Amino acid sequence: MQLTNRSKQVSNKEMTLAEKMYLPAVVSGLAITIRHFFRKKPTIQYPEVKKYLGPIYRGHHILKRDEQGRERCTACGLCAVACPAEAISMVAAERKKGEENLYREEKYAAVYEINMLRCIFCGLCEEACPKQAVYLRHDQMVPVFLERDEVIYGKERLVEKMDDRYIRVANSEVKATPTEPSLTRAAT
Amino acid sequence: MDLPILIVKGIIILVIFGITLLIATYSTYAERKVAAFLQDRIGPNRAGPWGLLQPIADAGKMFFKEDFIPSQASKWLFILGPCLAMLTALMSSAVIPFADSIRFAWDKVNYDIPVQAIEINIGVLYIFGVVSLGVYGVMVGGWASNNKFSLLGAIRAASQNISYEIALGLSMITILMMTGSLSVRAIVNEQATFFEWNVFTQPLGFIIFLTCSFAECNRTPFDLPECETELVGGYHTEYSSMKLGFYLFAEYINMFVSSAFISSLYFGGFHYPFMNEVGGALEGSLGAVAGHNVATAIQFVVFFGKILFFIFFFMWVRWTLPRFRYDQLMNLGWKTFIPLSILNVVLTGAGLLYDFKYASWLIVIVMTVLAVTSTARTPKQAVIPQQS
Repeated sequence: MQLTNRSKQVSNKEMTLAEKMYLPAVVSGLAITIRHFFRKKPTIQYPEVKKYLGPIYRGHHILKRDEQGRERCTACGLCAVACPAEAISMVAAERKKGEENLYREEKYAAVYEINMLRCIFCGLCEEACPKQAVYLRHDQMVPVFLERDEVIYGKERLVEKMDDRYIRVANSEVKATPTEPSLTRAAT
Repeated sequence: MDLPILIVKGIIILVIFGITLLIATYSTYAERKVAAFLQDRIGPNRAGPWGLLQPIADAGKMFFKEDFIPSQASKWLFILGPCLAMLTALMSSAVIPFADSIRFAWDKVNYDIPVQAIEINIGVLYIFGVVSLGVYGVMVGGWASNNKFSLLGAIRAASQNISYEIALGLSMITILMMTGSLSVRAIVNEQATFFEWNVFTQPLGFIIFLTCSFAECNRTPFDLPECETELVGGYHTEYSSMKLGFYLFAEYINMFVSSAFISSLYFGGFHYPFMNEVGGALEGSLGAVAGHNVATAIQFVVFFGKILFFIFFFMWVRWTLPRFRYDQLMNLGWKTFIPLSILNVVLTGAGLLYDFKYASWLIVIVMTVLAVTSTARTPKQAVIPQQS
């Protein structure tokens, strides 16, 4: 019975004397390995050289502001509901008078926290958000943490800075996905 | 002996000793680098530029690991094992002639001091004695561990080393017959012109010698003494920290010494084509003392090039060929190499009788013809029952 047309008949034939003498086979094996010796290595020297991971890579979380610098998040909680890892928690508050330039709508998140130990970077929060406030940056990873109390990210680490706004474009000029500068090793 | 001669001799011995240790240390690095390059990887590159400080980092790790001795082991033998391995490996580098001689003038007399730790006229015999002692390092280590896997590994190592030593010695006897001397320096000097290099007169002996040196160094494809799958590690299963380091280090020194011996016995040692012309020209232009020393330095570099090539070759083979099965290993040693080398001795002797150096080629030619004709024959196809 033939399942594929790639199957090969296995034969257990006796070796000829030339094959039994080993040396020709040894020499051809050595020739193969020495060719690999001079071949270009496919390794990417990771901390020094970073690969562009594409525009849909899911990295560091960000809470967007709009053009006038107002926070878009209205603390509706849909991201927290969508989150399968239950990493997101928030406390809602009402906008006071004089805070119109800070928050876009009457309700806002007074506290917004993501537990990075739990987050699985699935991107469902991004999809659930009706106000387009939560994004996962494609150009920045969450930096390595060494202490457990560093891992709950509050608003001070999530809300985007107005002088460094995040725009997602499939930009071919961006070649690398940089991490935190303090964690990149100097190229040796 | 005069004091200046003693000082120069002392310096030469120190330099040779230092170079042996340095090469052995950096062989560990080179091994990983060559392995990586043969497998399209990069290899160690974090410690220092291109990872050059890696051996030092490894040594630091070895020193700070726990020095563990099993409670049931015989303690002193357990410590003696790696020391023996290291000692014999280091001792065997003593009779390698690294270059011709260093000349210096003192009291209006020119002295020529050979670049060799000890110049004895039984160098080859000495080497054989010391190398065969190397088995004790492995055997004592495996026995003292009081672990049946270690003991099995040690026994495997011992039987392998002993059986390959016979073929090693027999393949070298042809060279001794042709030179008529046991001194390594005399053997090297016999190969002064390029076409008198022993590879060309003794091709079969060279192949056997090379293969047996692999087995003597316990390197792939003959690295049966150590094996994770059947033996949980081999004769050094119970060893840790610097004691294990000594075993591994001894292996690399052995590799260095073997490379040096392959190049001195078969590839003319420190000789290179037109060596005498170059030496004569240097002595003519720089004077008898300086010119001679520069010529010696060139010989030293040439010899090192040969040694480094063979060290590379050892690694190249290691990362190409798979291990032998133990019965195949024994068959190869006893049923192939020993008869072939005896045949080689007989043929070389007959050749010497009729003043014909190239008698060993006869076996090579006959074997090639046999191999070629056997490929022409269509091999029997095994009958495989067809399922319908």
